[in-house]
Amino acid sequence: MTEAANSAALAAAERREARGLFLLCSPAVLMIAVVVFLPIGWLFALSFLNEQGGFTLDHYARMLHPAYTRSFQTTFELSFLVTAICAALGYPLAYLMSQTSTVWRALIFVCVLFPFWTSLLVRTYAWLVLLQRRGVVNVWLQDIGLIEAPLRLVHNFTGTAIGMTQIMLPFMVLPLYAAMAAVDRDYVKAAASLGASPLKSFWQVFFPLTLPGLLAGTVLVFVLCLGFYVTPAVLGGGRVLMWSMSIERSVAVYSDWGAASALGVVLLVVTLAILWIMNRLFGVERFIGGR
Amino acid sequence: MTASRTAPTVTIREVTKTYGRFRALDAVSLDIAAGEFVTLLGPSGSGKTTLLMVLAGFVRPDSGSIRFGETEMVLTPPHKRDIGIVFQNYALFPHMSVAGNVGYPLRLRGVAKAEIARRAEAALALVQLQGYGERRVDQLSGGQKQRVALARAIVFEPRILLMDEPLSALDKKLREQMQIEIRQLHERLGITTVYVTHDQREALTMSDRIAVIDQGRFAQIDTPNRLYERPANRFVADFVGESHFLPVTVAGGVARLGDRALALAGPPPMSDGAALLVVRPEKLDIVEGAGAGDGAGNRIDGVVEGSVYQGESFLLQVRVAGGERITMRQPTRREALRRLPQAGEPIALGLHPEDTILVAAERSA
Amino acid sequence: MADTASGVPIGRFRRVWLYALCFLIVLFLVLPTIIVVPMSFTGSRFLRFPPEQFSVRWYEVYFNSVEWRDATWVSLKAAVLTMLVATPLGVLAAYGLHASRSKWARAVEVALIAPLILPLILISIGIFFLYARLGLNNTLLGLVLAHACLAMPFVFVTVLAGLKGYDMNQERVARSLGASRPVAFLTVTLPQIRFSVFSGALLAFITSLDEVVVALFISGGENATLTRRMFTALRDEIDPTVAAISSLLVALTLTLLALGLVFGDRRAGGRS
Repeated sequence: MTEAANSAALAAAERREARGLFLLCSPAVLMIAVVVFLPIGWLFALSFLNEQGGFTLDHYARMLHPAYTRSFQTTFELSFLVTAICAALGYPLAYLMSQTSTVWRALIFVCVLFPFWTSLLVRTYAWLVLLQRRGVVNVWLQDIGLIEAPLRLVHNFTGTAIGMTQIMLPFMVLPLYAAMAAVDRDYVKAAASLGASPLKSFWQVFFPLTLPGLLAGTVLVFVLCLGFYVTPAVLGGGRVLMWSMSIERSVAVYSDWGAASALGVVLLVVTLAILWIMNRLFGVERFIGGR
Repeated sequence: MTASRTAPTVTIREVTKTYGRFRALDAVSLDIAAGEFVTLLGPSGSGKTTLLMVLAGFVRPDSGSIRFGETEMVLTPPHKRDIGIVFQNYALFPHMSVAGNVGYPLRLRGVAKAEIARRAEAALALVQLQGYGERRVDQLSGGQKQRVALARAIVFEPRILLMDEPLSALDKKLREQMQIEIRQLHERLGITTVYVTHDQREALTMSDRIAVIDQGRFAQIDTPNRLYERPANRFVADFVGESHFLPVTVAGGVARLGDRALALAGPPPMSDGAALLVVRPEKLDIVEGAGAGDGAGNRIDGVVEGSVYQGESFLLQVRVAGGERITMRQPTRREALRRLPQAGEPIALGLHPEDTILVAAERSA
Repeated sequence: MADTASGVPIGRFRRVWLYALCFLIVLFLVLPTIIVVPMSFTGSRFLRFPPEQFSVRWYEVYFNSVEWRDATWVSLKAAVLTMLVATPLGVLAAYGLHASRSKWARAVEVALIAPLILPLILISIGIFFLYARLGLNNTLLGLVLAHACLAMPFVFVTVLAGLKGYDMNQERVARSLGASRPVAFLTVTLPQIRFSVFSGALLAFITSLDEVVVALFISGGENATLTRRMFTALRDEIDPTVAAISSLLVALTLTLLALGLVFGDRRAGGRS
């Protein structure tokens, strides 16, 4: 066998093995491609087509209409608010988890993961029950005499924000905890030994080191909020119109595929842009993998 | 258990493997005799493990040929090569018992149940683990795990045994004991063996021949004795054993250290120009008095800089006339200790012509 | 005083506040869901805590309703079938990608986890649009296929993580000892990563069982899922039957989780 023939045969064998391994991925790839990617591509095309099948930007121009801009505004306001509250609640919780004993940590972990595993709809329903006009929260507040008339806690912005915060909180805590657990304790010890007060060593050493985790959680929660449908639809009671609900209505009520597609495409672009920029800037990807 | 099939020769011809621009193996060739124990010795990243993986069939080279006996194997998948393999981290199957692990290759070959049990126990006996069959893998110590891995690799009487740093996870005492055992097992079974290590002492202890590999090429392929006593180049002299190098000049077939001609066992192995004298610490003697440079040995003058007591020997650090530092090793016998030179004293060191090795000045290509 | 184990000093006073705050946050995470369980055992039309009188009235309503029972049956069928489709596909893809040295591996990985990243509402209307053309809307097949796309990434990610923690030398040894690649995978690799496969399958099951948005669009008629019916019931009025169903779902997930933990512990025990 000449050497050239030999290396050709070896290269062919290498390619055959690579093809075989790729073949193992292909059923999954094929399924995702047909069921997820193909229709999204189709919608993308649809968003640029008018009823006669010609090219148009009308569907995008229509998004400047106040009915839509209001839903964008609501979506962004709600997403910012929920993300901020999640960060404010998630940071101390993750901090405690990283500092406390193994038993406490395991206990808190179970509590953080519990909502992860229970149905989203069940959790949303629970808030509906608790927050309604004659629900548990209002009854208790009246019983202890804090309020006289029941508060409007649900079917509005407030209720939606409360429910979304609870549902998004684990997505904030987990990357935060991962970042805090990875902080080398020796840095903080070194800062303390150099005479930094606990507060100072926290803000000047610990906090900056956990910033990537905070950013990862923030991005994750924000992006998930942007496209959230179920909880706002139930707790908003039709009064809180989110981006995702505009899309749903365009399809289900008006059968306006052009508008729905354009709204969907912009949502997709915004989502991917945020993920891409944050990943570029801070490499948050490693904190997001997995559930 | 004996090697019922005749062990094949292994012929490696012009094997090249590149990863992008990195040449892991650069057209290496090696002939291994039937039943021979050959060690691939080299620093990490030298390509020794890549070559082993090529032999096993897990890495496909870009070009080249691997033959077992007369059969071309380079395109044969691993499971048809009939190779026993032992990895550093044991790679025992934790979901099987010890007997399950050792019997695994026999089950794959459709051997009858009773026969599997018998042969597995025989293989365990060979590695001094008779009666361990029912144990779980996680109940074994590191040394026992490695013995099980070894039993599993030889139980089906493979044509070739490959070992990838099998002992480096063990502590020193156990490692030295296992070296002897593996060597004895090899002598009993006569199985063609390729062993990979970065530990030069292990290689010297165990091998029929050692192939020193550096940057994807063989620097020298030789018996342990010749490799140590006659290193072919600076890399081998440096990597195998401890060496210091003193610059010498070669002119007209005569090598000179400073202005003193060196007595050699043969003609210098290189053409005229700069070369290096290999000085191994234990080959040096202290020469008593000035007149002792009596023609038989070569003499190196220097000044003692310090000494380190190391138990069975002590090391003397000597700065030679040219300014280089060398060390010499002396056993700590009474008379040697009595005349231990002090720092600052001038000293004359003798080197026998047979031990006077020259290598080319550059790293060998 | 300073916690010696962690090395980050917190004063005792601040520590008490931190624990108190975190206690409230944990309550906020867990309590609302838990509290529905006792409330579901009420006899009245209004959900109160504590419930005024103990009754299994709403459980009876649930079990006696053909509609709810059918929806439950559809959900369970879909969840089991989704698990059966998503798990082998996810495992095969994870193995193929893990063993491959291809430069396309990264692109394939991104494509396979894309359903986790893309906005769910967009995926949903896309599938609705596609199924309208294929006549798959309101069919079990369509539902399972859609849910498999959402569930497969979880299997893929979990098994890939399992493979990363697995010593591929074991499979190499098996292959050199005479096992072909598929045999080595089945006899050596798969038993080692079985816990990842198991949790991936569990996640696939739960993903399908809990899924709302896609089901809202593509499941209907006799193939409406439980979550779809619950969602519709929620938008109209607060039906206490939903509290009973929610309690049952919580119980089911907790059972599955416990099952996962039991299997997980056995594996951990076997390794150490």
